[in-house]
Amino acid sequence: MAAVTAHVADVHAHEEHEHHELSFVRKYIFSEDHKTIAKQYLISGIIWAVIGGLMSVVFRLQLGFPNLDMAWLKPILGQWVSISAEGVGKLDPNFYLALVTMHGTIMVFFVLTAGLSGTFSNFLIPLQIGARDMASGFINMLSYWFFFLSSMVMFVSIFVETGPAGGGWVVYPPLSALADANPGSGIGMTLWLVAMALFIVSSLLGGINYVTTVINLRTRGMSFDKLPLTIWAFTFTAILGILAFPVLFSAALLLIFDRSFGTSFFLSEIYVNGQALPNQGGSPILFQHLFWFLGHPEVYIIILPALGITSEVIATNSRKPIFGYKAMIFSMAGIMFLAFIVWAHHMFVTGMNPFLGSVFMLLTLIIAVPSAVKAFNYITTLWRGNIVFTPAMLFAIGLVSFFVSGGLTGIILGNSALDIQLHDTYFVVAHFHIVMGAAAIFGMLAGVYHWFPKMFGRMMNAKMGYAHFWLTFISSYLVFFPMHYIGIAGFPRRYYQWSGFATFDSYADLNAFITVAAIISVAAQAIFISNFVYSIFKGKKAPANPWNSNTLEWTTDNPGHGNWPGEIPTVYRWPYDYSKPNSAVDFIPQNIPYSSTPESNLPHENEMIADEKEIEKLEFDRSIPD
Amino acid sequence: MATVNSTTPERLIWQGGTQPMKVGYGKLMMWVFLLSDTFTFSALLISYGLVRFSYPSFQDLNPGVSLKNFEFSQQWWPTPEAVFEAVPFLHGISLPLVFVGIMTFILIFSSVTMVLAVEAGHRMDKADVEKWMLWTILGGFTFLGSQAWEWNHFIHGTPEGSMIDGVQFFGANLVHNQYGPTAFADFFFFITGFHGTHVLSGVVLNILIFYNAANGVYEKRGHYDMVEKVGLYWHFVDLVWVFVFTFFYLV
Ligand code: HEM
Ligand SMILES: [Cu+2]
Repeated sequence: MAAVTAHVADVHAHEEHEHHELSFVRKYIFSEDHKTIAKQYLISGIIWAVIGGLMSVVFRLQLGFPNLDMAWLKPILGQWVSISAEGVGKLDPNFYLALVTMHGTIMVFFVLTAGLSGTFSNFLIPLQIGARDMASGFINMLSYWFFFLSSMVMFVSIFVETGPAGGGWVVYPPLSALADANPGSGIGMTLWLVAMALFIVSSLLGGINYVTTVINLRTRGMSFDKLPLTIWAFTFTAILGILAFPVLFSAALLLIFDRSFGTSFFLSEIYVNGQALPNQGGSPILFQHLFWFLGHPEVYIIILPALGITSEVIATNSRKPIFGYKAMIFSMAGIMFLAFIVWAHHMFVTGMNPFLGSVFMLLTLIIAVPSAVKAFNYITTLWRGNIVFTPAMLFAIGLVSFFVSGGLTGIILGNSALDIQLHDTYFVVAHFHIVMGAAAIFGMLAGVYHWFPKMFGRMMNAKMGYAHFWLTFISSYLVFFPMHYIGIAGFPRRYYQWSGFATFDSYADLNAFITVAAIISVAAQAIFISNFVYSIFKGKKAPANPWNSNTLEWTTDNPGHGNWPGEIPTVYRWPYDYSKPNSAVDFIPQNIPYSSTPESNLPHENEMIADEKEIEKLEFDRSIPD
Repeated sequence: MATVNSTTPERLIWQGGTQPMKVGYGKLMMWVFLLSDTFTFSALLISYGLVRFSYPSFQDLNPGVSLKNFEFSQQWWPTPEAVFEAVPFLHGISLPLVFVGIMTFILIFSSVTMVLAVEAGHRMDKADVEKWMLWTILGGFTFLGSQAWEWNHFIHGTPEGSMIDGVQFFGANLVHNQYGPTAFADFFFFITGFHGTHVLSGVVLNILIFYNAANGVYEKRGHYDMVEKVGLYWHFVDLVWVFVFTFFYLV
């Protein structure tokens, strides 16, 4: 049924590259092709996720089974496991803090920011808007290699003698600023800051490319009101990153100066080991403001792409138009805007003026409105749909479930009066692991299952996908749901053990239970990884459009360099024409003109036929220099 | 390329297939980058403002005493007129904010020459582009040189110095500061240094552009768009200086 109309010249000037073969290095390593870069991000992200996941197993063992003999970990952890006279191995408490810090940093930045946005923005933006590649392939390549460098620095920091950074992923000074305060504030912290500075450069280079590509390189007919919601989500994410990361950059630079050059931006009136430090006049709270000005938008940098992917997967597999396309866009825009003005809800207990606290509380609670709009729109899209339960669909539905259950606890935490009680307890840990950790990972996995055929030309095994989903879904809830109770009971975050407090003894079994569930959830990922690796090489060959989807990437058969072998398709309709009344097929791709579907057109769509000829004639303006 | 002739009717300009803002991706990227950099500087300047206003001023602690009798002290934030009052070759004469005024003027002047270079590029006038780029580069170097002099003076201090913890101290570094609280010197060095690094990168870019223009690279390419892109950056650096100047020297 594809009636791709042939027309005029190419949209992007890449024809001249198409004919000579690229060397191995330019093709797979220093590649400028957005699809290769996407795969590089994906595989780096998966490697980081394995490292971060295994770290969590180690500290969960410590929390769930405080008396466990960890001597068997000595070969891997070396000095960080000390063997007592009776031969019992104990995890070093400072290393516990370092593990928690690195787990958070790795998951938030390296997996769910670089791994998620890096993979799907890169892969989908050019393919879904109909471009040959990103605006600047070179800058795109630089972006990945800055990320790689950052990864290397962060990875090396794990092996330095005093251990990696140990001040939590939020690296609050003064702890993080004073090398004498904690082993994790030594060279490991310096490397953390250097790695983050490189990471920010990478994220900026990526973001600039995404935004300019979406503005300039949309194919004929791809107006903003025909963009798939994925593209809207990636664009908003890029804008968030472009505007929020530089503030962390400033904060990191100031912190580097405090650590290494004796300044007092964040330090004042501190004693270390009974010795007064000379630093005067700085403010550690200032750092928290700067950090959370990034930190809060960062959580949306993580969730928005996952939500975008979910919109696409749910609409395709419900065989229904997405409910409230415009409402989805406006609520994402609203979330993006609000993300910049709520950061102090992480700081209710810093001695902030209570009036200011209530302003931030009000703004914070408003986020619930656009978030709920999105949740309801997903549910109404599913409602009476002709649902196809592919693994991707299950993960997308899983995301909706996590987003709702985690969002509800956000509303509780957003009340400053309640937060004073709950701040820095496991309730917060439960909140953000459900709404951000689990939800975003589920979005990312949905994306991998859904676009794997386009990425690698092969199908993933669906049965293994189902097993992976159910194990992960159930065990994630079993890990994070009980944490709410533990948090309400008063368990603080970032404690090495609680056996010193008699009141907490009655929760020992719950903590052991969480640990067991956590081990299952990590182990379940082995199913995914073996499926992923196996399918890359041995999976069933994929058809061009396995899910009968409408967006443009499915119109090209296993895209090579330049994405479409011939003409780039022109776009005539929005991406959600599923199960359109009177249409013989239950999906009408974006490149099918209204003029060829008179039976299913709505009255206003018939009027749009008049413009089709003109849109086909639109021409990239080559007199404008790049 | 002064006038861009797009064939796309205005009504369809956002319908894809063409550049909706009639700007190439390179210039768009520069704009987006500058937006991002705005946030970097804003973070620094707001931090400065917060710390600065957490300190009392001279008149807060000495009500009724005229600013003419201002003295340096760790107790209060210094008055800029008292700190920045030296001018090269005019040793011993107090000329508050005159030198930094000259520096600011030089930088703004170099922005004007940059505009002229861009305009010459539109006319495809190679000789004029070279001329105005050279002036811009010269302005950049003069600014950096002046800043070096000012830092030098700030670091070495006045002959009288101040008593800090019972020791006579002259000038300022990242740990001690003759003129007032250490934070003042810390922020001064950091923010003007960070801005200076931007100016330095701008000068390097300007030299590259000049070199390419002189070698006829842009003439062969048929447009001087690179001059415009770097020009945007240069104006931005200038604009940031106006804010740095306001924050450090005027309030
Ligand atoms: C209705 C929406 C939401 C509200 C009202 C909300 C509110 C809050 C509040 C008040 C806190 C601070 C708790 C404390 O430290 O005492 C918090 C923590 C957090 N939230 Fe949310 N949240 C919402 C949605 C989200 C979403 C969608 C994400 C991520 C995708 C997210 C990620 C986080 C993270 C990562 C933290 C903890 C950071 C840390 O301290 O390490 N939240 N949330
Ligand atoms: Cu937040």
